[in-house]
Amino acid sequence: MTNRYQKLVSAGPAKEVAKRLGLPRPAELRRYRPSEPLVPGPVLVLGSGASAEPVSEQLLAWGLDVYRHQPQGRRLGAVIVAYDDVSHPGDLADAALELGPAVRQLAPSGRVITVSRPARAGDAPAVAAARRGVEGLLRSLARELRGGATGNGILLAEGVGAGAPSALAALRFLLSGRSAYVDGQFLSVGSENGAAPEDWDRPLAGRVAVVTGAARGIGAAIARVLARDGAKIVAVDVPAAGGALTSVANEVRGTALQLDITRADAGHLILEHALERHGGLDIVVHNAGITRDKLLVNMDEARWKSVLAVNIESQLRMNEAFLGAGRDGLRIVSLASTSGIAGNRGQTNYAASKAGVMGMVEASAADFAAIGGGINAVAPGFIETDMTAKVPVPTRAVARLLMPSLMQGGLPVDVAEAIAFLASDAAAGINGETLRVCGQSLIGR
Amino acid sequence: MASSAPSAPQHPTTGARTVRDAVVIGGNRIPFARANGKYADASNQDMLTAALDGLVARFGLQGERIGAVAAGAVLKHSRDFNLVREAVLGTALDPATPAYDVQMACATGMEAIGSLANKIKLGQLDSAIGGGVDTTSDAPIAVSEGLRRVLLEFSRARSGKQRLAALSKFRPKDLAPNAPGTGEPRTGLSMGEHQALTTAAWGITREAQDELALASHQNLAAAYDRHFFDDLITEYRGLSRDNNLRADTTLEKLGTLKPVFGKDLGSKATMTAGNSTPLTDGASAVLLGSEEYARQHDLPMLANFVDFEAGAVDFVHGREGLLMAPAYAVPRLLERNGLTLQDFDFYEIHEAFAGTVLSTLAAWEDEDFCRNKLGLDAALGPIDRSRLNVAGSSLAAGHPFAATGGRIVATLAKLLHEKGSGRGLISVCAAGGQGVVAILEAR
Repeated sequence: MTNRYQKLVSAGPAKEVAKRLGLPRPAELRRYRPSEPLVPGPVLVLGSGASAEPVSEQLLAWGLDVYRHQPQGRRLGAVIVAYDDVSHPGDLADAALELGPAVRQLAPSGRVITVSRPARAGDAPAVAAARRGVEGLLRSLARELRGGATGNGILLAEGVGAGAPSALAALRFLLSGRSAYVDGQFLSVGSENGAAPEDWDRPLAGRVAVVTGAARGIGAAIARVLARDGAKIVAVDVPAAGGALTSVANEVRGTALQLDITRADAGHLILEHALERHGGLDIVVHNAGITRDKLLVNMDEARWKSVLAVNIESQLRMNEAFLGAGRDGLRIVSLASTSGIAGNRGQTNYAASKAGVMGMVEASAADFAAIGGGINAVAPGFIETDMTAKVPVPTRAVARLLMPSLMQGGLPVDVAEAIAFLASDAAAGINGETLRVCGQSLIGR
Repeated sequence: MASSAPSAPQHPTTGARTVRDAVVIGGNRIPFARANGKYADASNQDMLTAALDGLVARFGLQGERIGAVAAGAVLKHSRDFNLVREAVLGTALDPATPAYDVQMACATGMEAIGSLANKIKLGQLDSAIGGGVDTTSDAPIAVSEGLRRVLLEFSRARSGKQRLAALSKFRPKDLAPNAPGTGEPRTGLSMGEHQALTTAAWGITREAQDELALASHQNLAAAYDRHFFDDLITEYRGLSRDNNLRADTTLEKLGTLKPVFGKDLGSKATMTAGNSTPLTDGASAVLLGSEEYARQHDLPMLANFVDFEAGAVDFVHGREGLLMAPAYAVPRLLERNGLTLQDFDFYEIHEAFAGTVLSTLAAWEDEDFCRNKLGLDAALGPIDRSRLNVAGSSLAAGHPFAATGGRIVATLAKLLHEKGSGRGLISVCAAGGQGVVAILEAR
C-alpha cells in the first residue's frame, strides 16, 4: 500500500533530488510481526524519575539491552525519559540535553518515550509548568525525528506507578511496531487495573470480540488484527455488504452477523449472537461509520441525520444495552476521527458525530469501570482506504505528505493495532481516553 | 455368512439404530436475480460457492468437515459433472467434506435436503448441507445433434479417408446450436402451456391469480422490511434483495398484463408474466444437523425436518396436470404422519405459477377429486389462506429451479422458530410431472 511518491523518493536518482530539494521523504514504517524483536536495538533510559527503575527492570525482563548512559557506537532502538519527578521547568534540562545526542543514534523506526505525570489544576504552578513542559518538548521532538522514528509519552495519574500493568502495556505498545503510525501522542494511565497477558503475541486469546463495519477498510483490518491476537471475531455489517463481510468472517474464522446497527435492538441482537454462539462478549469495537460530506450551507436533513444516527447515536444505544446486560469486564473501543478534534471543511455532520464519540467515551468511563471494563476511542488521521482513495489527488497529497510528521498516510492496520491494544486486558488502567493514530498530523493537539 | 434363523437376536454391533431428529440449523441464499441481469456472468459454480461460503460465515464453519453436501442444478454444463464437490473445494469448508450432485428438476433442492435429513436421522451423518443452484443466463448451449454425430465420428476416424467421410456428413443446418428450453420432452409443451390447461380445468380466475401474485410481492417486501432475511440471505454482486420483487405492484398493474400462456384459450387465457414466475438465477444452501451436533457447536435449532414424500403423475396421456403431483403426495404424507391438512401453522406452496398453487388448493377442496383421484373418504378441505406463503414465494422472489427448495426450507424453519411452536407444510412441483412435499416442526 506504499504510495507511488514514497516509492519514488526512497531509491535511485529521485532520492538524491528529493534530498537536495528538501522534499518530504517518507520512511517505511516498522510494523508489528509476531516474534520479531520489540525494538530495533538497545534501549537507553534517561531521567531521574522514580519510573526509571521499574521501567528498566521490565525492559530487562523482556530480554532487551538496557543502558542508563548512552552506549558508544551503538544504534539505539529506543530512548525512554523518566520525567515523572519534575517539579520545576528547570528540571527538564538534564535529561533533555542528554536526549539530544541520543536521538542522533536512534535507529530507523526507533522510539522516544517520555514517562511523566499530567498537569492538574491543583498543582503548584511550577509543577504544572514542568509537567506541561514535557508535553511540549516531546511533541516538538516527535516532529524532528526522521526515518520512521516516533515520539510518544505515557502520563501516569497520581498514585499510579510505572510498574502498573497498563503503564507497562502502554510502554510495550509504544516500543513495538504496533504503534507505527502513533506519533506525538500521550497515553494516560489512570489506574493500576489490568494484567499482563500470558503471551504478548496473543493478548486477546479466548476473548470474544464484536467488530462493526467489518466488511471492508479499517473494520476488516481490525477483525484481522484482533483475530491474530487470539480473539474470536463476530464480524458485523449491513446486509448490503454481506458478500465482503462473508470473506472477512471466513478469513478470520469468525461468524458474520448481518445487522443494521441503527436498529433499536442492535445491541440486544449482538449480545444474543455473541453469547449463544460464542459463550461470551468481551470486546466491542464500534467501527461502523459513514460520511455524507457537504458544506453546512448545502447540508440536507438526510445527510445530517444519517451520519449522526450511524456514527454516534447507534453507539450510545448499544452501549446502554451492553451496560444493562452487565457484561463484566466488557471493553469498548470506539472510532473517533481527527476531524472531530480539529474540524474539517465539509464535515460538520461527521465531525459532530466523531467529537461526540470522544465525549461519549469520557462520560461513559465511570460506568464501564463499574463493571470492571473500560471504554476508549481511537482517532485515525489520514488512513489509506477505499474511502480516502476517493479524496481528490491534491488534497490527498497534502493530507498524506505535509500534514503528518511521518509524511505519509497510515494504513488500516495501524488503526487496528491501537484498537487491539486498548481492547486488551492489559490496557484496563486506560479508560475514557482518545488515542490518535495520525502520524502526528498538524491539526489539533 | 450368518446362518442363524431369522428370529435369532441380532448381533449387538450391527443392530438397527434408533431414528433421531434431523434439525434445520439455518440457511443462506444469494438474492435471486432475473435472468440475463445481475448474475449474467456468474456460473452455477460461482453462485453455489457464494451461497455455501455465506452459510459458512454465518455459522462459523471454516475448516469444518461437514458430513455431506448435496445440491444440484437443473440446467447444467457437461463440464459441471461434479458441480457441488467443485463448489465445496472453493469454499472455506474443510476440503475433506464429501459432496455430490442431485437432480430432480425443480424439486432438486427438496430431494437433496430430504435425503440428507434421512441420513442424519439414521445416524449416518451428524451434519449436512443441502441446496441447489440454477442459472438460465449462463445456460449450457449444446451443438446440434447432427454436428455432434459428425464430431464424434470424426474423433473415432483413424485414416484421412475416414475423417473426410465423417466431415462430408456435415450440413450447414447443423451449425444451429441447441439451447435448453422448459418444454416437456414428451409433450413438447412448455411448463406454462401445461399449467394453462390445468388452470383452465380448475376454473381458476385471472383475479384470483393476480391476488396471489400481489400477496407474494407484499409478503416478501414486508419480510425484508422487518429484517427477516438478514440471516437468510447474503448480498452477491451488488444485489441484496431479489430483484424480481415489486414491492409497489398493485392489482391494477397486474391486471394490465397480457396473457402469455394458454393464448389459444382466447378470452379465457389468464396466465400473465405477473402471475407466472420469471426465469431466475440464484443459489441456496441449508445447514442440517443432529441435535447433538447443533448443541456441540452452539448452533441454533430452528425446526425438525420431520418427513418428506415424492409424487408423480401421468401428465403425458393427459390424465393429470403437469404440476399436480404434490396434490397426490401430500395426502400420503399426512396419513403417514397422522395429520390433517388443517394441522399446519404455515403452508409453503411453491408458486411456479399462481395457477399451480390455486389448482392444488382447489383440488384438495374438491370432494370428487379427493375421493376418485386420491382415494380418500372426503375432501382434504380448505386451508387458512392467511398462513400461505407468509414471507413471499416464487412469484415475487423468482425461481432458480434447484435453488427454490433451499429457499423454502430455510424460510419455513425460521418462521416456525419465530413462532416457537407448530408445524409447516412444503409443496414443490417439478417438471416431468413430479413433486416433493415435506413437513417441518418448530423447535
